[in-house]
Amino acid sequence: MKNDDIRASLMKRSRAAKNERFGKTLTGLCILIIITVVVSIFFFVASKGLATFFTNKVNLWKFLTGTIWNPGATDAQGNPQVGALPMIVGSFAVTFLAAIVATPFAIGAAVFMTEISPKIGRKVLQPVIELLVGIPSVVYGFIGLSVVVPFVRRTFGGSGFGILSGTFVLFVMILPTVTSMTIDALNSVPRNYREASLALGATRWQTIYKVVLRASTSGIITAIVFGMSRAFGEALAVQMVIGNAMLLPGNLISPASTLTSVLTMGMGNSVMGSLSNNALWSLALLLLIMPLIFNIIIRKIAKKGAIR
Amino acid sequence: MAEPKEMITVQDLHLYYGQQEALRGVTIDFHRNEITAVIGPSGCGKSSLLKTINRLNDLVPDVTVTGTVKLNGQDIYAPNMDAVALRKEVGMLFQQPNPFPFSIYDNVIYGLRISGEKRKNVLDEAVERSLKAAAIWDEVKDRLHDNAMSLSGGQQQRICIARVLATQPKVILMDEPTSALDPISSSEIERTMLKLKDDYSIVIVTRNMQQASRISDRTAFFLAGELIEDGPTRDIFMQPQKKETEDYISGRFG
Repeated sequence: MKNDDIRASLMKRSRAAKNERFGKTLTGLCILIIITVVVSIFFFVASKGLATFFTNKVNLWKFLTGTIWNPGATDAQGNPQVGALPMIVGSFAVTFLAAIVATPFAIGAAVFMTEISPKIGRKVLQPVIELLVGIPSVVYGFIGLSVVVPFVRRTFGGSGFGILSGTFVLFVMILPTVTSMTIDALNSVPRNYREASLALGATRWQTIYKVVLRASTSGIITAIVFGMSRAFGEALAVQMVIGNAMLLPGNLISPASTLTSVLTMGMGNSVMGSLSNNALWSLALLLLIMPLIFNIIIRKIAKKGAIR
Repeated sequence: MAEPKEMITVQDLHLYYGQQEALRGVTIDFHRNEITAVIGPSGCGKSSLLKTINRLNDLVPDVTVTGTVKLNGQDIYAPNMDAVALRKEVGMLFQQPNPFPFSIYDNVIYGLRISGEKRKNVLDEAVERSLKAAAIWDEVKDRLHDNAMSLSGGQQQRICIARVLATQPKVILMDEPTSALDPISSSEIERTMLKLKDDYSIVIVTRNMQQASRISDRTAFFLAGELIEDGPTRDIFMQPQKKETEDYISGRFG
């Protein structure tokens, strides 16, 4: 009799098992929704973006290398004029230049905060950096428009709108991201490397650049690529200062445009399903693929760094 | 003229971390070309003592040191003493093997490189000499450019020994150098140490009493920041003068 009771209770699903199952279902559902959203966004953008090439029969190569962007009109041979090269060049130019300018400042600030004066770093600089991350991009753009653009105009001539102004604005915008990720990279260098170096008669400076920076190289590169990914996708602030001329930029102070700025400018002015609309989706697809490539690079670097 | 047999003389050394007194008036000599073992329970100040000898304590905030520490007759806490120069004379080996995540070669020549040595033949020669002295040359000579982190713990520790030897210090401080290693690696490190004492003066902090009795010429016993007793290892272990020493080495506490 007693044995039967035990058997019965074992055969029945217990309360704990039910709870377990409920939790699993709940979290699984959340994941499922997120994945669905991501996949459908990707699918939607891809189907729209690829329509330019399949429905409107635009040559992919011409799209990537053409220099005239005028989707509403056709050229002498009747081909639509959707050359995205000016925007591609513009996007990469501001991204790389901003990263090049930001990197030394970010490394300098991170070294100061982790190696030279962690106390001031934690109390003063950390909150400042967090504040910088939180400022909306339209504010950066506004400041860029009223301060950076006139400054560039006075100093370098031209209208002031252009890649140089875009670079300055993006530099300030990605600096906190790159800095705080570099700080994490430096902090992850074990303390005993520093002790070993100092005990061998190295100065603090030698320890920083021969051991700490060298041991955290992969982390620092990850930080830079992450910052570039942010700069590449930034739309509003760049659009406000770059001048939005769909021309291949000849120099740093002539007006230019980026993939994002063309999208924000153009998206309200085209009809769903038309070529000019599809062409914008193709730009969006490019914007989607690039961060993906950046991410793959980051993972590769992280993997390489993990072996050390 | 014969050199005095004392390599390091410590007189009335007090060390404070903030308000807390970690060393309470320590007076002790460490002899040339001998291994001195420093034993005592955790928190008795033995590691603190070690780190005053190469002034690594300078890096800890709120540290105060009073008293004198002389290396080869020179006061290392004198105002004109350069801590960086001192650390080239006094090498140190840590509890956790801590090679840099670079190649074996780059690890060994690190000390020379930061002193500005660039000549390749000098560096190559130093690598071979140091790795041989650390008894690891045969194991790594074919892969000097592999990452030192890929070696075993015992091998890593011997790379660290080689890294210290490459700078040719006078004194080597060892802070429980084998406590993170397996018994076989430990005995290899011990064998290496015994060879090294012909050329170097070694101070080793250890919690392993057998190790102290096996390898050291002199032993110093510390308790609660004070030197209780020091002398030839044989005397300390066979006929300790103080009751605390006897209790500790016979395992009655600590």
